Amino acid sequence: MRVALFATCVNDAVYPSTAIATVRLLERLGVEVDFPAGQTCCGQPQFNTGYRRETEPMVRRMARAFAGYEYVVTPSGSCVAMVRDNYPRIGAKAQAERRGSELAEAADALVPRMYELTEFLIDVLGVEDVGAYFPHTVTYHPSCHGLRLLGLGDRPLRLLRAVKGLELVELPRADECCGFGGTFALKNPAVSTAMGDDKVRHALRTGAEVLCGGDNSCLMHLGGLLHRRSAPLRPLHLAEILAATEERPWTEGARTEGARTEGALSVGRGPAKGAAPDGLRNEQSWSGT
Amino acid sequence: MSGDTFLGMPSFPAAAAESTRNRRLRANLSHATRTIREKRARAVAELTDWAELRAAGKAIKDHTLRHLDRYLLQLEAAVTAAGGTVHWAVDAAEANRIVADLVLATGEREVIKVKSMATQEIGLNEALAAEGIAAYETDLAELIVQLGDDRPSHILVPAIHRNREEIREIFAERMAAWGRPAPEDLTDSPAQLAEAARLHLREKFLRAKVAVSGANFMIAETGTLVVVESEGNGRMCLTLPETLISVVGIEKVVPSWRDLEVFLQTLPRSSTAERMNPYTSLWTGTLGPEGDGPSAFHLVLLDNGRTTALADQVGRQALRCIRCSACLNVCPVYERAGGHAYGSVYPGPIGAILTPQLRGTTSEIDASLPFASSLCGACYEVCPVAIDIPEVLVHLREQVAGQGGHRLERAAVKAAGFALDHPGVLAAGERVAGRARGLLPDRLPGPGRGWTDSRDLPDLPGQPFRDWWKKNRSRSRSRSRSRKDSR
Amino acid sequence: MSTGRETVLARIRAAIGAEQGPPVTGPSATGLGLGPGPGTGSSASDPGAGAGSPQADGVTDRLAGRRHEDIPRDYLPVHRDEDPAALLDLLHENLADYRALVHRSTAADLPATVARLLAAHGSRTVAVPADLPPDWLSAAAGVAAVVDDGTLTAVRLDAVDSVLTGCALAVAETGTLVLDAGPAQGRRLLTLVPDHHICVVRAPGQIVASLPRALPRLDPTRPQTWISGPSATSDIELDRVEGVHGPRTLEVVLVTES
Repeated sequence: MRVALFATCVNDAVYPSTAIATVRLLERLGVEVDFPAGQTCCGQPQFNTGYRRETEPMVRRMARAFAGYEYVVTPSGSCVAMVRDNYPRIGAKAQAERRGSELAEAADALVPRMYELTEFLIDVLGVEDVGAYFPHTVTYHPSCHGLRLLGLGDRPLRLLRAVKGLELVELPRADECCGFGGTFALKNPAVSTAMGDDKVRHALRTGAEVLCGGDNSCLMHLGGLLHRRSAPLRPLHLAEILAATEERPWTEGARTEGARTEGALSVGRGPAKGAAPDGLRNEQSWSGT
Repeated sequence: MSGDTFLGMPSFPAAAAESTRNRRLRANLSHATRTIREKRARAVAELTDWAELRAAGKAIKDHTLRHLDRYLLQLEAAVTAAGGTVHWAVDAAEANRIVADLVLATGEREVIKVKSMATQEIGLNEALAAEGIAAYETDLAELIVQLGDDRPSHILVPAIHRNREEIREIFAERMAAWGRPAPEDLTDSPAQLAEAARLHLREKFLRAKVAVSGANFMIAETGTLVVVESEGNGRMCLTLPETLISVVGIEKVVPSWRDLEVFLQTLPRSSTAERMNPYTSLWTGTLGPEGDGPSAFHLVLLDNGRTTALADQVGRQALRCIRCSACLNVCPVYERAGGHAYGSVYPGPIGAILTPQLRGTTSEIDASLPFASSLCGACYEVCPVAIDIPEVLVHLREQVAGQGGHRLERAAVKAAGFALDHPGVLAAGERVAGRARGLLPDRLPGPGRGWTDSRDLPDLPGQPFRDWWKKNRSRSRSRSRSRKDSR
Repeated sequence: MSTGRETVLARIRAAIGAEQGPPVTGPSATGLGLGPGPGTGSSASDPGAGAGSPQADGVTDRLAGRRHEDIPRDYLPVHRDEDPAALLDLLHENLADYRALVHRSTAADLPATVARLLAAHGSRTVAVPADLPPDWLSAAAGVAAVVDDGTLTAVRLDAVDSVLTGCALAVAETGTLVLDAGPAQGRRLLTLVPDHHICVVRAPGQIVASLPRALPRLDPTRPQTWISGPSATSDIELDRVEGVHGPRTLEVVLVTES
C-alpha cells in the first residue's frame, strides 16, 4: 500500500518530528510512504480569516500534489477538516461566481482520499495496537476539529490504550476548545488565553506527564502557555507516541532538533533520560523565559 | 437594527479583554452555563429521534424562508380573518412609531411587556418613553435588567451576568422607585427573590390595559401566535389587558399547525433543558369565548435587516434561529467574554452571525463579531435547527476582510500565499528561520504580541521536515513525481 | 403602513425571487374554519414560482425548493408505549417531576378527593367555570364556589384561594396539561390569577402520548394554555425555581374509571 503523507505546513516548518514519526509509524506498519514535494499548506489560516480567493491556489496545489495517490494521510485533524468541509465550499462558491468548475472538481478529487492519521490506522489499516512503547502517564486533548468536524470519536484513545507502558488518564472537560482557533489566538488574545488557561489547568490537575493531541497547532498554543509558567507537562503529538517503540524509544530533543539525518534521531540515544517527569521536562523545546 | 443602546461599543476583542478580567462575571457565567449545559444534554438524550427532529426543524424553516412572502400573506389573511390587525414595519423606527401610535390611541400611558427579543432589538422601551409611555418588563430577568439600569447579556436569561447576591441588592435598592418595594427582610434565596418579583409585578398586571409581546412562532395557515415561557408573566400579559400588541420578526412564521410538533419538542429541551416549559400560550386573533383575553390584537411584522440576511444564501440560515440560546450556553468564548462584549441584544455565537447581518459590518464592533469565535463547532452541534454557525462566521469574515482597514492583513496573506504556492521559496524561508532561531525575540512586536503576551513561542527546528525527507527518503521515491511541482 | 407592507414584500421577493424554483403547495387552511389564505395551494400568486431559474449553485440548500408536504418527518410519532396504563403512569411521573402534586382517584371518589385537596390547602373560596360538572364540588362543604359567569375580574380572582377546572387533554411524554377554554375549563384568566390550581384529567380518554398525537386533537381557533408544572423560572443563575406569577401550586387529579 502506497500513501502520500501530507505533512502540513506547521509540522514541516515547526514540528518536523511529528511528520518524521508519522513516516516511521506507517513504514513500521508496512505502508510505503511518499512525500510529494509540491505540497505546502491546506490554506486553512487564510480561509478561516476571510481570504477565500487567496486560498484557491492552495486548493489547486493540494489536488495537484496528491493526484494519483489512493490515500493521503496527515497528522492533523484540523487540516483534514479544512479539506473535507471547506474545499467543496470553495469550489461551490467559485461555481456560483461563474468561475468554472475547476476548483469544485479539485475538491471532489481530493476529499474522499484524505485521511486523518487515526482514521487511516483504524479504518483503513484496521489496527489498534501499533506496537508502540511509551512508559509515561498521558492525558489526551481531542482538538475540536477532530472531535466535532471529523467525528474521530474514541479512535485516538483506542490507539493510546494499546500502547505498551502507557498510562492514560482522562482529561476533564476534554471536549472544550483550548482557545487556539487559528488567527483567533492573535485577534482575540484575551479570550484565547483564558480558554487555554482553563485547559492547561485541567490538564495539570490530571498529574499526567504528557499532554497528547492530534493537532500541533493546538499543542503549540497550550505548550506556549505551559512553558511560560514552567509547568511540568509536556505537549506531544499522538504520532510521536505511536512511533515510539522499545527498540527506538521517544527521546527528548526530537522535537526541536528535527534530526539532520535518519541516524541522529535514534542512533546513539538511549531511552528517555532519567525518571519520567524530568525526562519529559520541556526546557529545551521552548524559547522564552 | 437600531441598536442605539450599543452605539459606540468598543470592538469585541477590546471589550472581551476587559470582561475576561472580571472575576465575578467569569464565575457567574461559568456556573450558570455549566449548570444548563449538562441538563440540556440530558434532556436531549431522552429523545432518540433528536437528529430527525433537528432535520425536520431545519427543513421547515428553510422551506418557509424560501417562500416567505407567500407565508406572510397567508398569515396576514388568517390573522385579519380572526379579528386581528396586521402592520408591517421596514425598520426599527417604523415599528416603534406603529406601537407608540397604537398605545397612544388607547389613551393609556403605560404598558406591560413580555420578554421579547424583537422589541429589545428595536429599542422599543426607549422609544415609548420618548412618547411619555412607561413600559414595564415583567420577565424576572428583564425586570432585573430594567431595575438595574443594565443591558441584557443573554437571549434566554438577560441577567445571567448577575448572581443572586447582586439581584437581591438591585431589588432592595430599586424596586421602590418603580412600584411596590421589596420586602424589608429580602434574602438572596432564589425563591424569595421570585416572590418579591411576584408581589412587585402583580399590581401592574392587575391594572394594565395594554400589553406588548413578541412571539416564538406564528402559524401561517391559522394565524395563531405562540409564546413559550416559564413564569406566567407571559400569560398575564397575553390574557388580562384589553389591547395586545405583538412585535414579531418576519422569520418567525411557520407554515402549519402541525409544524409545532417539531419546534415545541426541540425548543424547551434546547433552551431551559425541560421536556416542556411550564406555560405555552397560543391565540388566534381575538377568537375565543366572549371575555377571554384582549378584545383588540395588533401584529407588527418586523423586517429591520432580516431581508438583507435573507438575500445572502449562506448567511440566511441564521434566520432559522428559534432563540433557544443553546449555542450561548455551550460557547467557550461566550462563557469567558460575557454577553455585553458582543454589543448587541443578540450575544454569543448566534449574535456573532445575526448582528452583522442585521446591522451591517461598518462599525468597529459589528466588523469584529465574525471573528469572535475559535470555530470550535460546539454551537453547531447543539443547534436545534442545525445552523452551521462556523460556516456563516467564516463567510462573514470574508465580507469584512474585503472592506477597507484590512490592507496590511491582505498584503501579508498575499505574501504568504506566494511562498505557499512556491515550495522552493517556502523551504528556503524555513531554512533561514531555522538557522536564525536563536535570534527570535521572546516577545514579538505588532500583531504577534497577541501571542507572546501570554504564550511562549516554540523553538524552530534545525531543519524543516522536507529537508529531512530529502536526506533520508527521497532518493528512492517521490522525486520524479514531484520534481515539476517543487520548483 | 401599506408602504411598509409593499416594501417588505418587495425586499423578500428580491432576496428569494430568483431562486424560488418550482411552485409549492402550502398546507391547506381549509377545515380550520378560517378560509384559505392567499396563495394557498395555488402557484398563481407565487411570485417568481416556476420562473425556471436554475438552482444556481451548490451553495443553495437543496431542501429549499421542496413542497411543505415533502418536508422529511422521520421523527417518531411517539417515544413510548401507548398502552393506556403506561401512559397514565408516564403522565403521572412527568407531572410530578416538574413539581405538580399528582393524585389518583376514581370517578366516584372525585368529589371527596377535591374536597380533601381544598381542605388541605385551607381554601375557603374556589373559582370554577360555569359549566363545571356540579358533582365535582359536591363534597366540598365549607368552600364557597365563585362561579365565573364571564364577569369575574382579575382583581376579584386575586382574592380567591383556589381554582378547579378540567382540561382539553394531557400529554404524557412531556407532562403537559392543555386547556382550551372548552368544557369545564373556563376563560384563561381563571387558571392564571389564583395561586392554587386543581386540574382534573380523565384517563384514558384525555391522555395522549406525545405532541404529534396531541396537535391533531386541538383546535387552533381556541385560545390555549399548555401547562407543564407550576410556574417556574430559571432566571437566577439558570437554576429552576418553582413559583413566580402563575399558580405556585398545581395539583392534578388523574381520574380513572374504576
